[in-house]
Amino acid sequence: MPSKYMIHTKPVPNRFQPVSKSGIIAWEEGCLKCAVCVKKRCVYNVYDRRGIDSHHMIESIDNLCMNCYSCVQNCPKELIHKSLNPEFNAMGDSHWSPPIIVRLWNQSQTGKIPVSGAGYPGPFSGPGFDSMWTDMSEIVRPTRDGIHGREYISTAVDLGKTPEHLIFNGSDTLEGEPPSIIDIPLPIILKMPSFGAISTNTIKGWAMGARRLGTLIALPMKKIDSVLEDRGDCLMPLVLPKGTSVGNIPKNAKIIEIPWTEGWQEVVEDIKGCFPNLFVSVRIPMAEGMEEKALSLARGGISIIHLEGSLMSRFMDNNARNLKDGIRSVHIKLVEENIRDGVTLLASGGLAMAEHVAKAIICGADTVFVDFPILIALECRMCRRCTKGLSCPVQIDTASPNWVASRVVNLIGAWHNQLIEVMGAMGIRDARRLRGEVGRAMFFDDMDRTAFESMGQVEEGCELE
Amino acid sequence: MSSQSDFQFPEAVRTRSRFRNPIGKFRVNRTGDCIACGKCVEICPHGVHVERRGRVFVENNYLCVGTECPEPCYKTCPVQALSVRRNPVFDTLGDFRWTNELLAGTWYMAEFGEPPPAGLEYKVGNSGGGFDKLRLIFKGNGSRLEDIDLNLELNRRNDNAHRIRIEFPVYGGGMSYGSVSVTTMVSRARAAAALGTFSCTGEGGYPDELKPYDDHMITQVATGLFGVKEETIQRVKIVEFKYAQGAKPGLGGHLLGDKVTPGVARMREAVVGYPLFSPFPFHSVYSVEDHKKHVDWIKSINPKALVSVKVSTPTDVDMVAVGSYYAGAHIIHLDGSYGGTGAAPDIAKKNIAMPIEYAVPKVHRFLQEEGVRDKMTVIASGGIRTPHDVAKIIALGADGVCTGTADLVALECVRCQNCESGRGCARGIATTDPELSELMNIEWGTQRIINMYLAWRKELIRILKKLGMKSIKELTGRADCLIHLDYM
Repeated sequence: MPSKYMIHTKPVPNRFQPVSKSGIIAWEEGCLKCAVCVKKRCVYNVYDRRGIDSHHMIESIDNLCMNCYSCVQNCPKELIHKSLNPEFNAMGDSHWSPPIIVRLWNQSQTGKIPVSGAGYPGPFSGPGFDSMWTDMSEIVRPTRDGIHGREYISTAVDLGKTPEHLIFNGSDTLEGEPPSIIDIPLPIILKMPSFGAISTNTIKGWAMGARRLGTLIALPMKKIDSVLEDRGDCLMPLVLPKGTSVGNIPKNAKIIEIPWTEGWQEVVEDIKGCFPNLFVSVRIPMAEGMEEKALSLARGGISIIHLEGSLMSRFMDNNARNLKDGIRSVHIKLVEENIRDGVTLLASGGLAMAEHVAKAIICGADTVFVDFPILIALECRMCRRCTKGLSCPVQIDTASPNWVASRVVNLIGAWHNQLIEVMGAMGIRDARRLRGEVGRAMFFDDMDRTAFESMGQVEEGCELE
Repeated sequence: MSSQSDFQFPEAVRTRSRFRNPIGKFRVNRTGDCIACGKCVEICPHGVHVERRGRVFVENNYLCVGTECPEPCYKTCPVQALSVRRNPVFDTLGDFRWTNELLAGTWYMAEFGEPPPAGLEYKVGNSGGGFDKLRLIFKGNGSRLEDIDLNLELNRRNDNAHRIRIEFPVYGGGMSYGSVSVTTMVSRARAAAALGTFSCTGEGGYPDELKPYDDHMITQVATGLFGVKEETIQRVKIVEFKYAQGAKPGLGGHLLGDKVTPGVARMREAVVGYPLFSPFPFHSVYSVEDHKKHVDWIKSINPKALVSVKVSTPTDVDMVAVGSYYAGAHIIHLDGSYGGTGAAPDIAKKNIAMPIEYAVPKVHRFLQEEGVRDKMTVIASGGIRTPHDVAKIIALGADGVCTGTADLVALECVRCQNCESGRGCARGIATTDPELSELMNIEWGTQRIINMYLAWRKELIRILKKLGMKSIKELTGRADCLIHLDYM
């Protein structure tokens, strides 16, 4: 067994005041000047710790307030109120929702698993990954205690084709070439997001982060130059099929990716001609016909296939279909055709929370790409001003590579621990074993109908309550 | 308790908020134009306005029902000095499961012992599924019966253990010393005693303050075995094994070092300031056979005790339930995945295991098919917020329910979710900090919880009457009394 994989995190401060959900409004008019003001009695000493962020002229109190309402409820003149911050709800969109963004910020700042008191406050279920639950083991099945370190839960995965069997000759040595795979310690590959106030420093930081994590970062070929001075072995260049000379691929890159085109065989042959040992991943859009494409790639000897969903975790050509269903569909097709173990399935598109990693793997992916979370780790508010050529409100492009790398390591460190939590509860000790294990998940579509479909009947004159 | 057939429920006693400014849905504003004619004081049925020394004040903003009011003061005021608007603070409260309306409705019940007046949605939350999409369906005129019984026999095996009847199909879920204050624990225990039901110590020892209520306590044996002694097992009538907790199924507990105060350390027989891990699972239990050894162990120490098995809700929860029956348990307590906690990873609260609304019908059906449903008491917990949730989960197949968060809301929890941070609950409910614990007193806490359950009881009786049922036992498994808004 490999030595235990650990991600070392340490708090990395924000550069800007985060956007808080609600704010304190306190009036002075009519104040009785009580001997001991309710503000003095704040359990969290918020009123003592407050200050003006002199750089941005923003009050820090709203981010310190813990929402206990004690001051609101005790001020004798009712001068203190809380009200919703419209800026909060305006962040992001339906998929990259404000609570998801805030949670990503917190994890990038602390490197810790989000923990809170009280039961789950959110909706019963939702679209995509929110319509499935992961399983746990109890009495009749064993669990694994990964998080407190008594058992080692491996999150390592292999990219490439694993042989169906090995052949040994009479002297117990391996017949032929040993299988060639890339192993990464966790089923996450970083990927440069499709927009953002991204500078050379940002990319350098991400590459540093990927190297500290022991994983890869996928970058468009034209961005590769900015990080080449760093070692190329953590890079996964995204190569265009035409117009890019194969010679530009960094010498020590282990893997590249090309988009699906008709005649992909020739492109791969060209690349393999220059770099025989290079792994080639082929990216197909998550859309109508992807199962057949995946199948033809697998049959044509491509060992790594990337299913690319949309920014909103949907199909590229159909907003009504979710990444979860797309991954399942391709996975099942490959299983049915008896070729699933010959390929590694990578999935991308809108993965926004640690649970999405586990759920994508349960649905059939081997490894996932994480793109926008590594931008949100840098305090991005998903305002998309950058896409209109406007300045970034949190000046991501000015952040130093070191800060960028540490934030990303914190975020992925927190995700890694959460992955171990859910795997432990499921009784799974190896991420490779989790792939396609839908028996360790529960799906809303099956369960809701089973539980509620055949109950009472609405009749005339009946009353509902 | 089983002998008290003529059990008397306590009276509701109005118990106001601990805070000077309770939060309500509306705010009433009075301008200087007021001529103190007293008309508003006279017409307001909710006591929003008061007259004192010739002047009129808005004293109880939080009781205003706003647009639901049949004769609004702001329309009646002869000088138009009054206006009513929605309280912006109200909109900052609550979440999908416990909406601001549910919180305010529960506070009302805890104050008055009555369901709230019109204008507050106190029956369902806004989670968009499960309880919040289920509706009770009433056909016909119901019954005129006066004597509706809500009691529940907990020992259905008819073995040598205690015959225990609870007068109300709800008992208190485990909340440990450490996760909540002694004041909260004692308030819950006293309320349970007054209501003829039980409360539970949780895993964290059995504080001496609870001794007077031994007959109404359940003690928990959980994976860390904190505070478990032969003596504590012998003291109670019901012992609960906690295999898992719905909010963090499959994960152990972790009490941070800061929380291990001298009091907590003494109770748990641990060292001050050192973190305590409650492992997962019971390392002595990896099969139903192992589980039976556990049950036998309790029965040998306290032969008369009822054994409850608290489990979370994996896909094979039905197997776990039937296994518990064959191991000799009396009660199978299913804790659904949206249940409460003092601290748990958000990923676990949201994703691991199934909601209680799915688990109960599954277990109910499986126990029926196995022919043992009538030998087992099925208790459901994990997201029971209202009397309507109680009725719904019983109709889906439970016998009774366990609650936790609702009690805390009665004690004016605002669901800020900071139970675990720093010194603990800033409202003095879920904390062991001596100063913060002072924010609440036992008499107040007891009465608030009693009031809330008296209101729940009234609602349950009203529901049963409308269904034409005489006893809560008739409702168990009657899924035909429910419809789901998505499958109508």
